[in-house]
Formats: sequence, C-alpha cells, structure tokens
Amino acid sequence: MPLLKIRNLQKNFDGLEVIKDISLEVEQGQVVAIIGPSGSGKSTLLRCATLLERVDSGEIAYMDEPVVYTDKHGRTTYAHPKDLKRIQSYFGLVFQNFNLFPHFSVMKNIIDAPIHVQKKSKEEALAIGRDLLAKMGLSDKENAYPCQLSGGQQQRVSIARALALNPKILFFDEPTSALDPELTGEILRVIKDLAAEHMTMVIVTHEMSFARDVADHIIFMDGGVIVEEGTPDQVINNPRSDRTKAFLSRFYQI
Amino acid sequence: MDLSVILLKLLEGLLVSFQIFALTLTFSLPLGLLVALGRMSRNFFVRNIIKIYISIMRGTPLMLQLMVVYFGPYYIFGWTLSRDYRFIAVIIGFVLNYAAYFAEIYRGGIESMPVGQYEAAKVLGYSKTQTFMRIILPQVIKRILPSVTNEIITLIKDTSLAFVISVSEMFTAAKAIASSQASVVPYLAAGLFYYIFNYIVAFAMEGVEKKFSYYR
Repeated sequence: MPLLKIRNLQKNFDGLEVIKDISLEVEQGQVVAIIGPSGSGKSTLLRCATLLERVDSGEIAYMDEPVVYTDKHGRTTYAHPKDLKRIQSYFGLVFQNFNLFPHFSVMKNIIDAPIHVQKKSKEEALAIGRDLLAKMGLSDKENAYPCQLSGGQQQRVSIARALALNPKILFFDEPTSALDPELTGEILRVIKDLAAEHMTMVIVTHEMSFARDVADHIIFMDGGVIVEEGTPDQVINNPRSDRTKAFLSRFYQI
Repeated sequence: MDLSVILLKLLEGLLVSFQIFALTLTFSLPLGLLVALGRMSRNFFVRNIIKIYISIMRGTPLMLQLMVVYFGPYYIFGWTLSRDYRFIAVIIGFVLNYAAYFAEIYRGGIESMPVGQYEAAKVLGYSKTQTFMRIILPQVIKRILPSVTNEIITLIKDTSLAFVISVSEMFTAAKAIASSQASVVPYLAAGLFYYIFNYIVAFAMEGVEKKFSYYR
C-alpha cells in the first residue's frame, strides 16, 4: 500500500492548466525529489497534496484513505471534513519562507499544535519539543523568537514544528530557496539525517546535486506533466528526454 | 465662584467623561471585531448590511448620531424615556460609532496578515477558530495598536460631544460655569484636563506597544 497515491491530477488557475495530468505514488520510507523549471507545477502539486489548493479533477489518497476521489457520477469529490482532518495529520509541510508564527517563541511554535490540535499534555509536548530542538542543534534557542534567528535556524525550527506532529510523510516546498548558499547546507544536512532515519519525504527543490544524493526517486516536471522519472542515476546522470537534458545542462553550466 | 469650586465641578464632569470613555471602549472594541468579521463575511447580505452601517457611521456627524439615538425613540415610536436614558443614549451612540471605526481598523489588520500564516496553521491542523484566535488575532492586535491609539485619543476629545444631549460631562460643566461666571477660566481648565487625560492614555498605550515589541 503506497503512503501517497495521486492519480490523473488536474488543476487550473483561471483557465491556465498548471497541472495537466499527474500520477505518482510514494512508498513508505521513500525520498522523492521533484525537480523542474519554475512554473512547471511542482509547488502546485505539493499544495494540492497538502490540501492548500483544491484540485479540479483526479484522485489523492493517503494510505488508501481517499482525500479526493471520483464518485459514481464521475464527479470529483473531496472526503468529509472529519475524514480530511484525520488525513491532515498524516502529512506535514515545510514552506519555502518558513511561515513560523512570529509571536510565539521557538518552543511554542513547536509545541502549540501538539497541545491544541493533538491535545497532548504540555509535559509530553515539551519533551517532544526538546528532543526535536536537540536534533536540529537548536537547544539553546528554545526561548528565542523567530525574528532573532537566521534563515537557516528558522527553517530548522519549521522542520521541527512539522515533525512534532509525527507525520507519516513530510513535504518540502523549495526549503532552501529563501536561504543563501551557506545556510542551504545546514538544511540539506537535516533532510539527509531524516532520510537516514527513513522518514518518507517529498521534496521540491532546485538543488540538483542534493536531489541526486538524498532522493531514491526523482521526478522531472515541466508544463504540468511528469516528463521523466526514475532513480537519480537514470534521471540526472542519464536523462532520456531532450527536455530533461536541456534543463539539466543549463544547471551544470552555472 | 472660587477656583477650587470650579475645578471640583469640572472634575465631577471629568468623571462622567471618563465613564463615557471607558464604557465606549469596553463595548466598541469587541463589537468592532464582530463588525469587521461581518464586513468580511462571505454572506452577501451580512457583508452589505455591515457596509451600509459603517458608511452611515463614518459619513454623518457623531453629534447628529447622538441626537438620533436620544430623540429617535420619542419621535419615531412615541416612547417617553426616563432622564437616565440620556447617559445610555450617549453610550449607545458612541459605541455604534466607534465600533464602525474600529471594525475598519481590525479589517485592515486582518487583511494585512500574510496568507502563509493561515496556510501554516491549516497544515498543522488548527481549526478555523483556533487559527484566528491563536495565530491571527494576536498578531493583528500588534499591527493595529498605533491606529487604535489614535482612535482612543480622538474618543477622549469626542466625549465632549455628549453636551449636545445635556449629559453633564466635563465640557458641559465648563460651558455652564463659563456662562454663569462670564469667564474663560473653566474652558482653559477643561482643556488642561483633556490634555492630561490624553497624555496618560498615550503613555499607557506606548507601554502596551512596548509590551508587543518582543517580536517583529
């Protein structure tokens, strides 16, 4: 049973077809990297999978529990809000620009949802929070506010915030695009550590060498479709499609 | 009349001014939030009724609104209300007027919030109410504090409009003493009191703003 299953996804923005027809599956423990030029629909795909955008048609299911499906009349239907709320807890999302809550301390950013959404006790949430901060190398920052942290530190807090809810799958929407190259490294290291722990992840990224190193499956998207997918070796080292070749060659020229 | 007697009478009036001020804030700040939510409602009727209400409150003089609230029940329904209704009418008039202004301030604050805050809250599983109460509103309050301070200071001075329906607040008292004594001293003293009142409030609001300055 795949953790995430997407079938024939379509999404328009005011008549512009951003996602034309996308199907993919993510297995437990898999790390999938989605690469491709800007405007190819990568981020929109992630936003559809995390319920931030409504799809026009297609199917999405987490562990065979449907989020959106085609009913017997052929209409695209979203699951009942109660079911969606449960399914929502299966995934986490790390944003490009962190979206931390600026009025909460670092620790509160991490423990607020476990306490108020998952109804965990404060002690239990604090224990989880301390654990995660230690893992992110930010134990000394628990009382700091997001505005006092560097971009890389903020992104690590936002990863900890997502992990605190113990998701089965974690999505990253260009997690290093708002960071300078020096800070990018620290985030990539954290993601690599998570991969080593067999965290299931789907990462939209422009970091080709990182994608090659960390992912066991790479998807190259362009124009709202998957142009090519496979192992890093297949897609990045030996691309078959001319479009993939052109995209990658431009990357390696820089 | 002795200066001390004048000051005593003015201070009695100031107490009434302060009551108008405090009661108006107590009711109009929460009401303004509800009005703002109605103004942003997806329901066509709710949204437009609120829009008309705000437009009337902002488009006509507060003095006239106070008169309508006070005299309206008699002229429209033929009700004769007790003398105590004067003060109640002042509070109703001020609350309705200020709620409209506060609503627009709240709305500006709420609409200035980055969409990413809502999205982060949604992905973390917060309900809509939790998102608003825990994530959005606390940040909105910080953003709107300077505008709210402005409005509060205006309110202190506006309390003098209650004289139009003869509620004996400070300005009414000053006017009465000034005409009976043929002196401008009561006006000057009242002006000084308003200034001190405002100064204290501005100082307090600065403190509140500082309290919120722990984050950007």
